[in-house]
Amino acid sequence: MSNYLKVSLSPHIHSKDDTGKLMKGVIIALIPALIASVYYFGWGAIIVTLTSVAACVVFEYAIQKYLLKGPVTITDGSAVVTGLLLAFNVPSNLPVLIIILGALVSIGIGKMSFGGLGNNPFNPALVGRVFLLISFPVQMTTWPVPSGFKTGYADAVTGATPLGIIKEGLRNGETIPQLMNQVPDHMQLFYGYMGGSMGEVAAAALILGLIYMLFRKIITWHIPVSIIVTIAIFTGILWLINPSQYADPLFHLLTGGVMLGAIFMATDYVTSPMVPKAMLIYGAGIGILTVVIRIFGAYPEGVSFAILIMNAFVPLMNAYIKPGRFGKEVKNG
Amino acid sequence: MLKTFPTGGVHPPENKLTAGCKIEILPPPKSVVIPVSQHLGAPAVPVVNKGDKVLAGQLIAKAAGFISANIHSSVSGKVLKIDSHTDTSGYKQTAIFIDVEGDEWVPEIVNGSDPVKEIKLSPEEIVQKCLDSGIVGLGGATFPTHVKLKVPAGKKCDLLIINGVECEPFLTSDHRLMLEKGEEIITGTRIIMKALGVEKAVIGVENNKQDAISLLERLAGKNGDISVQALKVKYPQGGEKQLIKAVTGREVPSGKLPLDVGVIVQNAGTAYAVYEAVQKNKPLVERVVTVTGKTLSRPGNYLVRIGTPVSALIEAAGGLPDNAVKIISGGPMMGKAIGNTQVPVVKGMSGLVVFSGGETERKQYGPCIRCSKCISVCPMGLEPYLLMALSQKVLYEKAGENRITDCIECGSCSFICPAYRPLLDYIRLGKSAVVKMKREKSMK
Repeated sequence: MSNYLKVSLSPHIHSKDDTGKLMKGVIIALIPALIASVYYFGWGAIIVTLTSVAACVVFEYAIQKYLLKGPVTITDGSAVVTGLLLAFNVPSNLPVLIIILGALVSIGIGKMSFGGLGNNPFNPALVGRVFLLISFPVQMTTWPVPSGFKTGYADAVTGATPLGIIKEGLRNGETIPQLMNQVPDHMQLFYGYMGGSMGEVAAAALILGLIYMLFRKIITWHIPVSIIVTIAIFTGILWLINPSQYADPLFHLLTGGVMLGAIFMATDYVTSPMVPKAMLIYGAGIGILTVVIRIFGAYPEGVSFAILIMNAFVPLMNAYIKPGRFGKEVKNG
Repeated sequence: MLKTFPTGGVHPPENKLTAGCKIEILPPPKSVVIPVSQHLGAPAVPVVNKGDKVLAGQLIAKAAGFISANIHSSVSGKVLKIDSHTDTSGYKQTAIFIDVEGDEWVPEIVNGSDPVKEIKLSPEEIVQKCLDSGIVGLGGATFPTHVKLKVPAGKKCDLLIINGVECEPFLTSDHRLMLEKGEEIITGTRIIMKALGVEKAVIGVENNKQDAISLLERLAGKNGDISVQALKVKYPQGGEKQLIKAVTGREVPSGKLPLDVGVIVQNAGTAYAVYEAVQKNKPLVERVVTVTGKTLSRPGNYLVRIGTPVSALIEAAGGLPDNAVKIISGGPMMGKAIGNTQVPVVKGMSGLVVFSGGETERKQYGPCIRCSKCISVCPMGLEPYLLMALSQKVLYEKAGENRITDCIECGSCSFICPAYRPLLDYIRLGKSAVVKMKREKSMK
């Protein structure tokens, strides 16, 4: 018999999930989209993903070990998730050095400078992505068209994204019905047959990931659904008003980073609100900002900016939007 | 339709290993240690001295004031000494040590196991009987029952809820009692109804105890005064406020009592103890304790005398396994880990759970990743992550504003936290500080 009994406060049992398992769950949910990316973009997708993940993990390790001289927590998987998401958010022909720079900004500035996991106000992968977009606008907006392994990493055939074609066309006085002939049809968009960031194209694969995360209770439905519904309603109204100037809602949902953003970027635990009510407001805000940037802004796509802007409101929402308290109907007297 | 409470809750593995084990009677041990404080309120005052001969069922310590409870000897024998002894919570407190000689009971106790259904006593007499017999809430809170049965002037009670939820994993003592003493529990319920003057009672039982639900439904009959409500399995449904919400939809306001929404809740075990006291004249000197754990060779449910050392129960269940690391008095979610096996069985001890290495390990905790799981499981709609942070930073004023005192300490937040953060530990710290602060303020 052991000589001593342990004494501690209740509860004495714990659920099976821990931080590492949740992060692994997110990684598993990203696999269908990763497979789709490799299918569409071949070697480029593989090189970009490996570079980004390795760089993120190495930077986190180096910063924790040599700069902060504290415990190293790369095994919790959060750096791997950041690396995967950064890769998903860049074109598949992005030069390796630029990816490494993006990883440094993501992990170094986006995450560790605020105190590491749990303390960063902005989604680290998006901080890296937007940094690259502003610093390397040409490389970041040169989109390979899906051609699998037929072309290599550096010599990929490039073209415009559907959103880019629409934006450019409207500027040149063309109408939506004319432009729709120049972009893939909705079914192709759903499966991801279009130019774009490496991991954002395959809506079908991303939705599989969403179903898995909901099933595993890694995230709740509030954020993805509120983003998707808001974008659908907002673009739907515009489309009903003037279908020659505004694309239909399904087109908006299936193009660009809406699915990747709604399912994986906006739902980042650390940078999203804590209470369901606030999650809905946050999601609606992202949806509205995305449409405003896409339709009225200078950029063809606005999901990244919309998420980063709403990230900034999260502390405010956490401070003022409280969960429904049990026993709130307090009558004085 | 299965009912449940709407806010929060978790589903820990049920592990009801002893649900099929009949209640076994454990013979009296060689000696017992009976603490004078086994209830909420003032400790009882000993009325026996060293060397006195006592009978089983004899009063040995008297309630000190209104919120207190009588203590009776659970065995016959000689008072060895009145001294301090370590109790379940690890503190020393006064206890009466008795050496057992034979098994003689006070003559007033009605023998025989035939259920007596007719209730002869008046409501006042019932309350007095509960006070005399030292009945306390047996669900774990051990609040003196006679206090609860006296509805204060100006308040109205229209419903009695009997708590047969037993939502804690592992525990089965109430389940077995409902199965084996169903008739007595139904009569006990009617006694409590008479004392309170209510027309209706609902017995709330979780759906993992189908056999108890159908048995009690049959025994309750077609009078319509007592009904059985099946509840969806969810922890902490046995919490008073959660159970009232689940059964009636009424929400006890923050800082108020069940009586403020016209409800009184009593545990199923308490209903049985009330029956024994009123119909059989038998004070509370024994109770059913579930002794369980995956590594015990003979886990079971035992009817045991109050004051019996925990070691005797563990022996009966096959002895402490070599790799045992923790013994919990109560369930694994809210129970207390005890420091040694010489701790005596008390009125509020519903079970003993023995954990072996690995089952109950506390891992090193990491940073909060704001997954908001603690918020989604909190049955009181609080923000455990925030309350922990405020307690750590000694911002008790703010913790009070965020309703830290509403916390029922069910442990769902600590259970679910993927970063293994000790949320409830810090919330307890902050809660006691806020309660103290409020008390000081009201004294000024």
